[in-house]
Amino acid sequence: MSETSLTSSGVGLRIAAGLKKRYRAEKRMRAYGLTAILLALTSLAVLMVFVVATGWTAFQQTIIQLEISLDESAIDPEGTRDEATLRRADYQGLIRNSLRDLFPDAVSRQDKRLLYKLISTGAQYELRDQVVMDPRLIGSVQTLWVLGSSDADMWQKGKLGSETVDGVGRLNAQQVQWLQFLREKNLILTQFNKAFFSNGDSREPEMAGIWGAAVGAFLSLSVTLILSFPLGVLTAVYLEELAPKNRWTRLIEVSINNLAAVPSIIFGLLGLAVFLNFFGFPRSSPLVGGMVLSLMTLPTIVIAARASLQSVPPSIREAALGIGASPVQVIFHHVVPLALPGMLTGTIIGLAQALGETAPLLMIGMLAFIADVPQGLFDSAATLPVQVYLWADSAERGFVEKTGAAIMVLLAFLVAMNGIAVYIRHKFERKW
Amino acid sequence: MALNISESAVTVESQNRRSEKRPVGEVMLVRRPKITASNINVYYGNKQALFDINLDIHERQVTALIGPSGCGKTTFLRCINRMNDLIPGCRVKGDLAINGEDVYAKGVDVVCLRARVGMVFQKPNPFPKSIFDNVAYGARIHGLASNGTDLEEIVVKSLERAGLFAEVKDRLLEPGTSLSGGQQQRLCIARAIAIEPEIILMDEPCSALDPIATARIEELIDELSQNYTIIIVTHSMQQAARVSQRTAFFHLGYLVEDGETEVIFSTPEDERTKAYITGRIG
Repeated sequence: MSETSLTSSGVGLRIAAGLKKRYRAEKRMRAYGLTAILLALTSLAVLMVFVVATGWTAFQQTIIQLEISLDESAIDPEGTRDEATLRRADYQGLIRNSLRDLFPDAVSRQDKRLLYKLISTGAQYELRDQVVMDPRLIGSVQTLWVLGSSDADMWQKGKLGSETVDGVGRLNAQQVQWLQFLREKNLILTQFNKAFFSNGDSREPEMAGIWGAAVGAFLSLSVTLILSFPLGVLTAVYLEELAPKNRWTRLIEVSINNLAAVPSIIFGLLGLAVFLNFFGFPRSSPLVGGMVLSLMTLPTIVIAARASLQSVPPSIREAALGIGASPVQVIFHHVVPLALPGMLTGTIIGLAQALGETAPLLMIGMLAFIADVPQGLFDSAATLPVQVYLWADSAERGFVEKTGAAIMVLLAFLVAMNGIAVYIRHKFERKW
Repeated sequence: MALNISESAVTVESQNRRSEKRPVGEVMLVRRPKITASNINVYYGNKQALFDINLDIHERQVTALIGPSGCGKTTFLRCINRMNDLIPGCRVKGDLAINGEDVYAKGVDVVCLRARVGMVFQKPNPFPKSIFDNVAYGARIHGLASNGTDLEEIVVKSLERAGLFAEVKDRLLEPGTSLSGGQQQRLCIARAIAIEPEIILMDEPCSALDPIATARIEELIDELSQNYTIIIVTHSMQQAARVSQRTAFFHLGYLVEDGETEVIFSTPEDERTKAYITGRIG
């Protein structure tokens, strides 16, 4: 630094001497901060890349083209076209026949069994539904795309690694050969996996879908919202605006803050003990799930709502009181409307937290395998994170990509909810 | 002055008819105080903020409360409409009567009291609602308007009396917070007078305003004093001298002196008053 009048005096010199050190400290601090952010971002990016790379293939399914002869003698021998009869017919047999026609080299019992394993067990139901919907198909030979099995799917997507003489994954050399044949003839391909977004869970990875869990999560979160938003807001309003500030209210405040830090599995135990065992509500139901989650969300909402009530300037309260508004009018005409965006933001954050919660749900039986899409609050259901957990726990290779895809769906929901929260916060942001 | 007295007698009479508490025969040709404070002591927790305040405030006049910061002017002002009730740990002792009725008596409805005693605050605090809704709010909650036309009339009249109507008549639906500081303060005055209070308390209404806006508000206070009893807390001696008929000087929680503004400013009795007015303390 050049000698200026500023640094030539005694005090100036002493300040200048220390300056370098101060600037170094500042630079160091910035570097630490930047490193921290970079580390966080990198790990997030790695996580996302890993999840997406694993999961994106689940949005595709493998289908195989077969020529299926829909024999009248096999489907409807009496020619009644009665729906019940059509439903009872052996469509699996038809599919198997067509497979045998395609690969006449499979003669032994063992070979045939291996051959059948290329097609999903769900294929027969699709075929059945098609026939029931259009009985005129009976008697014709139809060229249809049927759902491939998970093994075929994995092979088609190249998830099984390099082939050896013994085959690959659970496929033996013979099966791989058949699949090669299908590929050469363009009889096997992948298409968008609609079933993933419309099915419930399944033991067969190729038929498992996220819809059941999504509906379960939606129902549970609705219960949570309906219970915890009014309770949380009213609690906050009472504590913040109406309650006398004494030892009791302070005790309640401290308890609420502590509740927010209680491990969520404890709430699950409470739900098990109280809601299931004492009140006898149905196990695994979104109703109980929602109730347990609202126990967990309530403190979050109360804390957020109180913070936003505190941020309403006291001058507004004084203005309203000054013209003779009663305390309740002050609260509901002025304070709550002004605090509402903050309350909503807090609520959405709380709900997003609840959406990602698994532990308390384990305790109340929402961990069960549930294939049906829940129809109401009392049906058994799973939620998204529980579905992730269930699939991650499954041995079948096909569930790996499903897990990734379920995580992506869950994250998409969370991002959407947080996006809404941010939007609300910005839209209603008020300057005083 | 004589004219004033007879005018006031009429007021007292009309007011008695309104309250229907005292027989009309009791009307005296003397100026009876609108507000009587006797032996008011105010405590914030253990700290005493006001000591034995005895002060009469007269009807349809502007009374200025002056004194250095922390002397208790605002505390006293907020006793009148019981805004101090909101402060935890604040206790008020003594008698404070409006029209002879004790404000702190049991059974006094604070909501009703505050509707009769309007207040304008130091910092303009319009509601974050439209200009119309700001003024209409009081009338709405107190049910003063029977229909929309009535309400509109009240809003327009109040804005006119607050000298704001001409400036905002084309944008009544815009937020009150979009106005300038001086306009916001006049909006707050319009909001206060929309419910026809008897008394208006003003807590340094011009301290956040520029000189032009201040002049505008002072004019307004002068006009309003024709119809309302106004008590104004101010730090500006000039303002007190300009707008008030009576002045009370507070110092360290004591009411040092009160009387006609002219007298207080020209020939104060107390040394402290003299010192404050001449700028030696405060």
